[in-house]
Amino acid sequence: MDAHATQQVAEAGSKYQDLAWMVLASPLICGAGSWFLSRRLRGLTAGFNIAGVLLSLVLGVILFGISGDHPLAATAFHWLPIPGLDLTIGLQIDRLSSLMALVVTAVASLVMIYSTGYMHDDRSYSRFFCTLSLFVFSMLGIVLADNLMMIFVFWELVGVSSYLLIGFWHERPAAGDAAKKAFLSNRLGDFGFLLGILIVWAATGTLNLAELSAKFGANPSILGSMASIAGLLVFMGAMGKSAQFPLHVWLPDAMEGPTPVSALIHAATMVAAGVYMLCRVFFLYTAPGAWPAPLDFLGGLGAGTIIGYIGGFTALLAALIAVQQNDIKRILAYSTLSQLGYMVMAVGLGAQLGTPASGMYHLVTHAFFKAMLFLGAGSVIHACHHEQDIWKMGGLWKKMPKTFWTFVIGTAALAGLPPFSGFYSKDEVLVTALEVNPVLFVIAVLVAILTTFYMVRLVVVAFLGEARSESASHAHESPTVMTWPLLILAVPSVALAWLPLGEFIGSALGGHGHGHGAAHTAVEKYPVGILPLIENLSNGVNGALFGPFNHNALAAMMGLFAVLIGSSLAWTCYGKASSDPLPKTLGGWARLLKGRFYFDEIYSGVFVPLHDFAGAVADWIDRWIIAGLGIRGLHGSVELVGRALRLVQSGNLQTYTFLFAAGLAVVAWFTLR
Amino acid sequence: METGLPHYLIVSALLFSLGLLGVIARRSLLVMYMSLELMLNAANLALVAFSRFNQNLNGQVMVFFIITVAAAEVAVGLALIVALFRKRQTSHVEDLASLKL
Repeated sequence: MDAHATQQVAEAGSKYQDLAWMVLASPLICGAGSWFLSRRLRGLTAGFNIAGVLLSLVLGVILFGISGDHPLAATAFHWLPIPGLDLTIGLQIDRLSSLMALVVTAVASLVMIYSTGYMHDDRSYSRFFCTLSLFVFSMLGIVLADNLMMIFVFWELVGVSSYLLIGFWHERPAAGDAAKKAFLSNRLGDFGFLLGILIVWAATGTLNLAELSAKFGANPSILGSMASIAGLLVFMGAMGKSAQFPLHVWLPDAMEGPTPVSALIHAATMVAAGVYMLCRVFFLYTAPGAWPAPLDFLGGLGAGTIIGYIGGFTALLAALIAVQQNDIKRILAYSTLSQLGYMVMAVGLGAQLGTPASGMYHLVTHAFFKAMLFLGAGSVIHACHHEQDIWKMGGLWKKMPKTFWTFVIGTAALAGLPPFSGFYSKDEVLVTALEVNPVLFVIAVLVAILTTFYMVRLVVVAFLGEARSESASHAHESPTVMTWPLLILAVPSVALAWLPLGEFIGSALGGHGHGHGAAHTAVEKYPVGILPLIENLSNGVNGALFGPFNHNALAAMMGLFAVLIGSSLAWTCYGKASSDPLPKTLGGWARLLKGRFYFDEIYSGVFVPLHDFAGAVADWIDRWIIAGLGIRGLHGSVELVGRALRLVQSGNLQTYTFLFAAGLAVVAWFTLR
Repeated sequence: METGLPHYLIVSALLFSLGLLGVIARRSLLVMYMSLELMLNAANLALVAFSRFNQNLNGQVMVFFIITVAAAEVAVGLALIVALFRKRQTSHVEDLASLKL
């Protein structure tokens, strides 16, 4: 781009800065405003909050349209100008952040509209909507922030709003516990995240993403021997938010929150924040691995590879657990975990390819179809009077056709059946794995088989066959306000990948990405804006639809093969079943899966006693060393000295005079000597 | 032998020490009070001697002030002692130890 054009972009940037701030601020203003002004008027509050998020969405579309090759920076003010560290509050609008903002606001507005139906009879209706707005604000803060410290601040805000929403029904002890668990697990990860940020700052002297990116571009090994450790510490933040092993335990419990919350926060957006953040700081992972002296034996093992393995392991673990869960929301929760593992794996492995595009691609498509699946599950739960056990459902497909068909579409997308969007993004992940690490490719295919298996199991058991309980036989389709969001979400779930989205993300992330045939070349010189995107549509759709088979036939065929294997296995097991046959055939293994590999029990068996022990030690130190020796010792010795000195106070005037004179004599002796 | 500054100062120091001894050793408040006056006058003597030998009137001015203030102080002090005696029927310091904790 020549100088003239650059200048034009810069001018456009200054014009659109206010727009960007409005995207961020409108959920906050509407949320806080309605909380303080119209809390008692339920309908008005809901409308107000929905309007705030919708406004954000509309402005986000405009922002997406204008975001170009050059990121627009909108620095508002210098928050903490310390010498050597200038903490600013600012936004960075580029293709990646505007795309993510679009995903967040789109899913959020649909979820909020859906919630007007789902939460209709809830006492704390207004609180629900205002907290959702707080969440959307915090999430947009992460997405649009232009420096790591601001990301961290909003990161914590997202944690808080997630805590508030998981514990929304706080009168239920399980919800309160789940909220605490989520918050604490997240804090554990965030601690590492902050340490990572500090290491990056210490080495580079800046936290601004654009500056960091430039510095890392000039010198990839700027972090020296701390490169891998800094990468892993920053990843710890993602580990908490995106629920990667070993901090994955909070996500299934977070399903205690209302189902729309699960759809928005614990499926589509917040848990994706970790993956998004990894894409945002991807420059940390492109450098070759380096370790400080005591860890030299790890050699050139990059943080990216370790992240890839953690992601792959999480994906496999969660997919296995999902196979034996019976709670409809828990199955979806473990499926989310598994897909998040997929994304993290793709980002980690992408380090060796120079781009995290495939992970980000899967994030975007997954956000839509997983939100739809959760909303569908919510619709089912709503219809069955808060029955969540799939074995007590059945036969719902006739009674709630809209929910059923959208759920099937979501299942097809999640399983990765072409031409649904999930197939294309999953294919990108598989290609990444195949190119970088064959072991993880095998794991990824295995996970894809399991994914299809448990999703088909869920659909067959919950929707087909005969009703297996009273509440299921009386089920009826949910109100229109709940089915419309499902139908709208079905569109991107099917067709999102028909757009040249993968290439768009590839160019947004600055890497080369894997293009699909024709679209690949068409998008190489991707110009600014949304109009060229439409122009590219015709050849893009063509290229996108059949791209996977042209580009890397093995990965695409394996993806398809996984769907076939998984669905036929699930059909043989559950086609006619009235109860789960797996516990009989698998025995102890099934119990292990049903018990979720007993992670919660292991954690409470290992970490709780350890924590109690540490607590007892700290208590002892506090009681005896700090309070005993420190406080009471000081107090005691002062009192003792006081008691001794009191004896001097005889009350006899002449003694005082004598002591005074003697003291004076001594002083005089020493000074005049 | 010519009388010099050291002689005056020695006399002054002796008077001061006697006064201090009186304050410390005597039990009667009145005698202690007189001893205090003795100490003041010892200081006066030293000041006058300095003034004389330094050809400087500052010391004598100082002495006048001390004499004036001492007169006022005696009035107050004696009044206090009389008031104390009326209240306690004693002017011995052993009986006046109520400052003791």
